[in-house]
Amino acid sequence: MKPQRSVLFCRCAFARVVPDDVKNDVLKHLVHSAEPFDAVGDLCEMSARKDPTLVDLAAQGNLTVVACYPRAVKWLFSAAGAPLPTEGVEVLNMRTDDAQTICQRLTPGFSNATPDASSSSGESAPAESSLSGGSA
Amino acid sequence: MIARKSSTLRVVLYEGRDSRPLPAELRLELTQTLLDRGFLVSSVKPNGALSKFQQPHILVLGAFEQAVSPLATDAQSDTQVHVRNVDGLALSAICELVDDVSKLADGEDADSSGNSSPADPKSPRWKPWFPVIDYDRCTNCMQCLSFCLFDVYGVTKAGQITVQNQSNCKTDCPACSRVCPEVAILFPKYKAGPINGDEISSDDVRREAMKVDISSLLGGDIYSMLRDRSAKAKSRFSKERDDDRALKERQRCLTKLQQNIEGLDIPAEVLSSLPSADSIRERAEKAKQKAQEALQMNAQNKNV
Ligand code: SF4
Ligand code: SF4
Repeated sequence: MKPQRSVLFCRCAFARVVPDDVKNDVLKHLVHSAEPFDAVGDLCEMSARKDPTLVDLAAQGNLTVVACYPRAVKWLFSAAGAPLPTEGVEVLNMRTDDAQTICQRLTPGFSNATPDASSSSGESAPAESSLSGGSA
Repeated sequence: MIARKSSTLRVVLYEGRDSRPLPAELRLELTQTLLDRGFLVSSVKPNGALSKFQQPHILVLGAFEQAVSPLATDAQSDTQVHVRNVDGLALSAICELVDDVSKLADGEDADSSGNSSPADPKSPRWKPWFPVIDYDRCTNCMQCLSFCLFDVYGVTKAGQITVQNQSNCKTDCPACSRVCPEVAILFPKYKAGPINGDEISSDDVRREAMKVDISSLLGGDIYSMLRDRSAKAKSRFSKERDDDRALKERQRCLTKLQQNIEGLDIPAEVLSSLPSADSIRERAEKAKQKAQEALQMNAQNKNV
């Protein structure tokens, strides 16, 4: 049986690289949804500390990480000795996608994240979810 | 308000069985506040279970309908479970509760692990800026190891390049990512791709290949340039104190270097806080030696 999906949200608390409006709107969506989730202040900081929680998170079969670039998330987990499984992990990128797109991915069928969910991140790229490294 | 700390304490916002949902606005504000202060926050809803992490302490906050026992130990995991009823409390009062339990948990951790310095990743004040290696791309060439003057890189027993002293890295300086010929070094908090983890285009790879070998610049010529300029300056400004002059020269040369190499992006604070030219040379040699030893070891292992 497929394990229940877990959601991990990263607030990127130490830097302004994730636009405030995107991270606030996505968190608002999660907080008001009926689904449970885990949230951390800053995944980078946890990776540097090799926080054992990352091992537990990586071990969860069916995980959606809401953070930044999939390549960064993949190697941050790996650097902490908690490699993410190659299958069953999806990364949603708050640096490139707007809140509306991410909320739709979190809650299929969802049509309006928040009244101001149309705010965009300022960077433009298609939604990303692959964990494979960028190979050129 | 509660102080920033590491995620030793996990705060669970419980809205499951035998509890009332928290007011919507409070729930959001509380979650944001706790995250901004570095806590791990888990939200439990009526239709979901709590994910299992090995945490020494858990604080469960909920608007419970009945009296709750404030402390229990999970026999399976040895986790201390602190429970607080926050029914009717305002944000500031809840933060005080969190603060109290956090201090308690911190006290135990300090007893068992000792204190950490502000530059240490275990310290709550450290800004997490450090290189992360993409091993799908890395060829283990050791250029980063021989370039870095601050002992950030090391080699594992198996001969693989690794980031071993994250907190030695100079905040906001992505210079070592520029020497990597494979574009394999990320700084997730950097402003632009591909250093921030964005996909790598063939243009990026070509650009890296064409780049000046900054490693040799910083490891070699730049230092003789510094020496020459310093000697000239000595005769011109003999009244200035030697140390001051050397520092100014170093800043001038490195600023020029930065201007010449487009996108090197070394922050001024890093340039101005570089060690003396002699010390840089010594460190560069040490780092180079470390890299050579690792490469030799790897070559020997290959031949066995
Ligand atoms: S993982 Fe990405 S979103 Fe999270 S703290 Fe690091 S840079 Fe920010
Ligand atoms: S310079 Fe790049 S490819 Fe070479 S060892 Fe360092 S990370 Fe790997």
